[in-house]
Amino acid sequence: MPERDHLTVTVLRGGPDAPLQPQTFEVPAYDNQTVLDVVSWIQQNADPTLTYRFACRVGMCGSCAMMVNGVPRWTCRTHVSKVLDGNTMEVGPLRNLPVIKDLAADMDPFFDKWVAAEGRHHPTRSRDEAIAPIDPVAEERQAANAGIECINCSVCYSACDTVAGNPDYLGPAALQRAWTLYNDAKDADRDAILDAVSGQGGCHSCHSMGSCTAYCPNELDPLSAIAGLKRATAKRFFGGRK
Amino acid sequence: MKVARAHPLWLAYLLHRLSGLGLALFLPLHFWVLSYALNDAAKLDAFLTLTEMPLVKLAEFGLVFLLAVHFFGGLRLIALEWLPWSAPQKTWAAAAVAGSFLVSTTFLLQAI
Repeated sequence: MPERDHLTVTVLRGGPDAPLQPQTFEVPAYDNQTVLDVVSWIQQNADPTLTYRFACRVGMCGSCAMMVNGVPRWTCRTHVSKVLDGNTMEVGPLRNLPVIKDLAADMDPFFDKWVAAEGRHHPTRSRDEAIAPIDPVAEERQAANAGIECINCSVCYSACDTVAGNPDYLGPAALQRAWTLYNDAKDADRDAILDAVSGQGGCHSCHSMGSCTAYCPNELDPLSAIAGLKRATAKRFFGGRK
Repeated sequence: MKVARAHPLWLAYLLHRLSGLGLALFLPLHFWVLSYALNDAAKLDAFLTLTEMPLVKLAEFGLVFLLAVHFFGGLRLIALEWLPWSAPQKTWAAAAVAGSFLVSTTFLLQAI
């Protein structure tokens, strides 16, 4: 039996034209219950107009991130008992992004910045050539591997106070993506990556507050990736080679 | 929604910023008082008698604290950003610096 019968859940609701307003629901408590289960219960049993987003429910798709008691989290893998404050919980849309409606944040700025950070592959070979072998134990490859499990959930972007204070800042996820590509032996244009991340709002805007690394649900380390970009851009500036 | 931030790296950032602000506010005053050494030695001596007050002594302690915190915060940031170390390496390095600082300060205090 759970320790309690009901949870008191406050959901911040609103949209582009209406400021966020708290609405409180009483939700049945269960032994095993994720934050996403709670939000789904509200939508299915209390108020069908509640808007939120999810897809895979197993921590792979990066769709369901929300603010839970002031911390951005992947709600499908966040157990209620780990985050409950007494018997209450506050759920809101991700910070640092426009709100489409209720708990659904507009991810466009987040993905636009992936593109702006040159977060795309620059091929070294065409499809007609043989695939280049990659040494899995090379130091460079290890650095790239450290960041490739990103699921684009925007938790780091939402946790970052530099993003909150500087709308031009590319953010931890986009910069980490740039760092993985920079360390990819199959990437043909590393200068383009450094150009993209060294300007206004680039890696040097980071204040190393570390919220990205502290809250990444996949336990990745964007802080160290951004530090890598700072070193790489500085080396290039002083004429050094990687 | 109130944003929760109280993890060690963020607190270290905050401490570094606040100590920096404190030092930035102190330095103009410091140089202004020092300028009396060149222009008006008697006025400087009169001012320096203030340092006998317990409150000023306490403030001096605060100043040294700010300086120490800001100095080590800067070293932390340089290590964090410029040394591609793993997290355990950074932990050991920080522990070594803290340990050596403790030992050397103990010797220094004995010498005084």
